[in-house]
Amino acid sequence: MSSLPAAAVEASRPDAAATAALSVRGLVKEYVPGRQVLAGITLDFAPRGMTAVIGPSGTGKSTLIRCINRLVEPTAGEIVFEGRDLARLGKRELRAARRHIGMVFQEYNLVERLTVMENVLCGRLGYVSPAKAWLRRFPARDVARAFELLDTVGLGAFAQARADSLSGGQRQRVGIARAVMQQPRLLLADEPTSSLDPKTSVEIMALMQALSETHGFPVIVNIHNVELARRFAGRIVGMTGGRVVYDGPPERLDETILKTIYGGEDWLE
Amino acid sequence: MSGAPGLAIAREWQRFTPGERLARFVVYLGVVAAIVASIQTVEVIPEFIADAPEQIGDMLRRMWPIAWGFYPEGVQAPLLESLHIATLGTVAAVLMAVPVAFLAARNVTPHAGLNYFAKLILVSARSVNTLIWALFFVAVFGPGALAGTMAIAFHSIGFTGKLLSEALEESNRGTIEALQATGAPWLSVAIKGYWPQVKPAFWAIVLFRWDINVRESAVLGLVGAGGVGMALDTALNLFQWDRVAMILVAILGVVIAAEIVVTGIRRRIL
Repeated sequence: MSSLPAAAVEASRPDAAATAALSVRGLVKEYVPGRQVLAGITLDFAPRGMTAVIGPSGTGKSTLIRCINRLVEPTAGEIVFEGRDLARLGKRELRAARRHIGMVFQEYNLVERLTVMENVLCGRLGYVSPAKAWLRRFPARDVARAFELLDTVGLGAFAQARADSLSGGQRQRVGIARAVMQQPRLLLADEPTSSLDPKTSVEIMALMQALSETHGFPVIVNIHNVELARRFAGRIVGMTGGRVVYDGPPERLDETILKTIYGGEDWLE
Repeated sequence: MSGAPGLAIAREWQRFTPGERLARFVVYLGVVAAIVASIQTVEVIPEFIADAPEQIGDMLRRMWPIAWGFYPEGVQAPLLESLHIATLGTVAAVLMAVPVAFLAARNVTPHAGLNYFAKLILVSARSVNTLIWALFFVAVFGPGALAGTMAIAFHSIGFTGKLLSEALEESNRGTIEALQATGAPWLSVAIKGYWPQVKPAFWAIVLFRWDINVRESAVLGLVGAGGVGMALDTALNLFQWDRVAMILVAILGVVIAAEIVVTGIRRRIL
């Protein structure tokens, strides 16, 4: 912690929290009382661009991402999204807020026994009534959009294939299409490439970057691969022990900082 | 081993510690004692055992020739009634068991009190035998197929509900999380998240239970709850052993047919 490049942290912080799409303020998470997995995280996220969260395993990257849409309940702190503190929303309001936050998962988390098309349409479940979802009566424009998105992610021909018949990379593309189907104003990605081979990982990151630009939503991705983070993210947040130890552009992420984030140095040689 | 003779003693190995050996001996002794005690309680009368082959032969002689002619007038209608009881009972059981299974599954209903309440329902439904349920419902609704259907339904809640709640608990959490993250209401998560995941298990459970219920519905008539069991009861009471044989053969045929149907459907849908 003593070697924390404070200047880097300060320099990259957006000037006003008011312009941020998402402001995390003093976020604390304790799974076991007294043991902080997140020790007061404060971060602002601009309305555009990709932010990569890097750090060693078990340092709370996943917890941070999951606290934002409250798949994990934060212990303390604020998560201000579009002017409202998500941490304090009731169930109904939280559901309404979640409709605008897409999420992509490491294990894709598709409904394996449903078709690709149905999985993509699942992104509209927050908007469509359960009865219509049950009868598969999705609005025509949703279906049209789903087809467009499937074309965009390169799976136009697979609309009727069952999700469990796809490869890992294809499944992740379906996962991304499902998230974008929500017309999100923020996309969270929890280790989206950790189960994929290097080539597919690059393709998935490029796809998220492209969609982020065309649809204009910011992406927060937590990722193990530092090279991928450098290549695709405009901003890197380095975490260790539940704290942010680096926050700045990828260019300034040098070996000293990586040592601070991951500890040790043998692995850098 | 030869390199380190001193270690040979330290490396002596025994599967069980003396305490474990004692415990095992006590268990064996207990099993033998239980068997001896049971035999004494049952009071086996040797003469009756010696007599058994002769009695069996006598009964078989009375059953032969089978009263085939009795089938159209006295077996077919109650046999169909039995099938109806089994089918309707299974449908009713599933309708009642699904909500209970959702309450019993810990991942679906994260509330320990409701989980135990639902499990209590499942255990009590299961612990009462179908024939006991039938006696109860005959008292409530009077003799007939309605009582039988209710008996089948209530007993089956336990089985179907327990297996369904276990299938629900095995469903993939990540998928559910993903749907919750889209802001989907609970019912939509159930329809698109849980249902597709438990669907194969659900149909397997329903078919299996129907198969069991076809067999159980055949004896319900013994306590007046309708179906072919009533014809069997009458024939037994009147010592019409050739008719008894006819009914037993008919039941066997239906059970085999049900087995074939269930296997066929299962192969198709799973």
